[in-house]
Amino acid sequence: MKRRKFDMAAVPGNAARGVDDRFQVATPLRRLLNKVFPDHWSFLLGEIALFSFIVLLLTGVFLTFFFEPAMTEVVYNGSYAPLRGTPMSAAYASSLDISFDVRGGLIMRQMHHWSALLFMAAIVVHMLRVFFTGAFRKPRETNWIIGSLLFWVGFLAGFTGYSLPDDGLSGTGLRIASAIMLSIPVIGSWLTSSIFGGEFPGTIIISRFYIAHVLLIPGLLLALISVHLGLVFKQKHTQWPGPGRTNGNVVGERMFPRYAIKQGGFFMVVFGVIALMGGLFQINPIWLFGPYEAWVVSAASQPDWYVMFLDGSTRLMPAWEINIPIGDGYVIPPLFWPTVVLPGILVGLSTLYPFLEARHLKDRKSHNLLQRPRDVPARTAVGAMAVSFYMVLTLSGANDVIADKFQISLNAMTWAGRIGLLVVPPLAYYVTYRICLGLQQHDREVLAHGVETGIIRRLPDGRFIEVHQPLSAADHDGHGALEYGGWVVPKKMNRLGALGPAIRGFFYPIEKPAEAPVSPGHPPVEPRAEREEIGSGERR
Amino acid sequence: MTTHTEHQAQQSREPLDVNDPRLSRFEIVQEGARRDDIEIVHYEPQVVPGSKAERRLVRTVASFFLLTGLAATAFLAIYIWWPWEYAPGRGGDKWYTPLLGVTLGVALLGIGFGILTWGKKLLPKEVSIQDRHEGAVSEDERTITGQTMLYMADELGVKRRPLLGISLLAGLAPVGAVAAAPLVGGLISDPHKNNQMFTTGFAPAEGGEKVRLVREDGRPIRPADISSGGQLTVFPGIDHGVSNRHADSPTLLIHLRDSDAQEARRANERIGHGDYMWGNYAAYSKICTHAGCPASLYEQQTNRLLCPCHQSQFLITDNAKPIFGPASRRLPQLPIEVDAEGYFVAKSDYTETVGPDFWERP
Repeated sequence: MKRRKFDMAAVPGNAARGVDDRFQVATPLRRLLNKVFPDHWSFLLGEIALFSFIVLLLTGVFLTFFFEPAMTEVVYNGSYAPLRGTPMSAAYASSLDISFDVRGGLIMRQMHHWSALLFMAAIVVHMLRVFFTGAFRKPRETNWIIGSLLFWVGFLAGFTGYSLPDDGLSGTGLRIASAIMLSIPVIGSWLTSSIFGGEFPGTIIISRFYIAHVLLIPGLLLALISVHLGLVFKQKHTQWPGPGRTNGNVVGERMFPRYAIKQGGFFMVVFGVIALMGGLFQINPIWLFGPYEAWVVSAASQPDWYVMFLDGSTRLMPAWEINIPIGDGYVIPPLFWPTVVLPGILVGLSTLYPFLEARHLKDRKSHNLLQRPRDVPARTAVGAMAVSFYMVLTLSGANDVIADKFQISLNAMTWAGRIGLLVVPPLAYYVTYRICLGLQQHDREVLAHGVETGIIRRLPDGRFIEVHQPLSAADHDGHGALEYGGWVVPKKMNRLGALGPAIRGFFYPIEKPAEAPVSPGHPPVEPRAEREEIGSGERR
Repeated sequence: MTTHTEHQAQQSREPLDVNDPRLSRFEIVQEGARRDDIEIVHYEPQVVPGSKAERRLVRTVASFFLLTGLAATAFLAIYIWWPWEYAPGRGGDKWYTPLLGVTLGVALLGIGFGILTWGKKLLPKEVSIQDRHEGAVSEDERTITGQTMLYMADELGVKRRPLLGISLLAGLAPVGAVAAAPLVGGLISDPHKNNQMFTTGFAPAEGGEKVRLVREDGRPIRPADISSGGQLTVFPGIDHGVSNRHADSPTLLIHLRDSDAQEARRANERIGHGDYMWGNYAAYSKICTHAGCPASLYEQQTNRLLCPCHQSQFLITDNAKPIFGPASRRLPQLPIEVDAEGYFVAKSDYTETVGPDFWERP
């Protein structure tokens, strides 16, 4: 019998055929490979959050191998000499061990913490991008809601996470959290006692937070993120307006290979930056705080940045206690309003915003084209108002540090925050609205009169005029007739190619000079209309 | 250069025979894209194959990858051989984490920038247009799906046989409760067990024996131990009194100056706490009535006690009344005296609720 020759080159083809026979993946795989994504730098912000989440999962799994989520009292006997012989919880002792006695444990802990901070920061910045460009409008309201939920679930993940080491700082945070739960009318004491398994601090809270932090909350995050990405995929990404771009198409690159390669590279860059931060910048040095003791606290006890706005609202709240004189009397403590009611309102407002705006504008259409913030002054101004509100609260969360560093009275800082919280947001609204209108006007001006050339010409009669380069053939009045297209209007001569392309190469030019730069992602524009002689916008 | 403009693409709309051997691979790719309603309108290599620019870019990408290899090797070497164990005063270990961070960071950034350069500079630029198919919702499809679902409801016949629906609800609702019951039942804990919210470690023992005030190390305190104007954090002198098991008990024992003490005593008398102080000594709960942090920053000159968490300020000479910040209730005062052996004891437990406020606080 003749032995069949083994054909190495046919292996991949045969294997692929075998797979497709069984799973019929050829068509869906081609669709996936071909899917078109629009590209813009601002679309990468959400990905930073996704990539930090992956780093969180990786480093978090490492930490679970060494962390002991128990409040059993032990006497520390590890390498860190200053705390040797101190009674502390097993959770704190094992966190110290991760920092000092596990090889490479400290960098993992710090990378975990930094990526958590980056995760929350990226979520917020991504949310601002989506808000200010109107990407939340129909049909993407669901994804907006999931996104705002992701912030709050991430908030819980962060809080349960930094409470786990049971150090002096996080224990104080936990104490405040228990007080917040206590402040809820009617059920407060029952809720707190049920969560802490008795009176604060009890002996079970770290174990409960642990399972929430490593299983329940990450599971929820993973589910929400999957749906979030799935919807982006299904509904296709929004895009900026531009040549050839309509509400009904997507202009960009196919997902493979270039787009996917750029994503992969970007993930590695984010990962690398987190590694640098985890190695070089100290974060949460728990060994300096000591174990949690109910009677010890220091000044400048600040939570992680994304919790600071709640700390700020708590500090600014006046001491308004509501007493209900029935029976022995009942109390609604002032703590209830800034820490339970305010976040409740914020969740409600942020999730409902797409519907509120659509209702206000009676807008029931689907929108796949983004809007420049200046073109929707009311929304942009509302956003600026929200941002300034948040900023005042966050700064107030550090008002003791600001008072200390800048030698300001602490009480003055509190009053500045209280007044600022009421005054700054409306002011931000007004200023932003005016800025938007001004930018709009300037766009229209350039479209009508042309770009400033920087050339001043003196006319025979002695007048000076500024010469403008019209963007289109001017009509007999010297006015262009260009419509505003919802995208950047060139405002400098070199944006029109007037400067000539730069020559590439460090010491000597590499080959022939490149062509005039065209923004990536734009199809080539039709051949330029015959250039007008540089004219004057003043020629009326 | 293969620049495919819209114009060219429209000319070749008729379906291609993908088995035609004359077709280039790119033409097959284009045909596949077209089947997914994607028009590749612009596809242009960024570098000429074999050109100087290409070789230069290849060198750049390669050096990024080699840098990664170098940094990763350095990471491993440092991880294994660098002295990492903490030892006070030696200091070599303090470079361990930064060195790991730098080498790991450089390794990862090397891969990142290598891939990015490869993708962004060496691969052809393209512009593709894909149809969203959003307007193409078919009313027919909606009707069919809707009717199918209504048909299913008809088949189940809940409308015709109402008993089925009622019994289903009546039977399944308790099952939902069964799922929740163990969770709620297991977790729930009575906050008023042993009257725990209203007592602290200073409550006299069964026999009525008064509890001593002790320091953090457990030693009892004599009046002479605190100088005038000074203060000390004290704990109940019971088992585990100095621990988080009695998180509500830490108390601030303050030795007021004569004039301040007189003022404080007058204020005490106004609210019927005339005998709470002993001499010039007053003891107030250290647990802030706002959010439970220890209110521990005592300003001697003004007799104010500040809580560092939310900046509530309490005036000690006025029954520790809140005078600034978000706290709304004064710090409870512990009635104290000196026992026969000359040590401070609590006359009784606190007479007001210690710690942050809650709904049923009387």
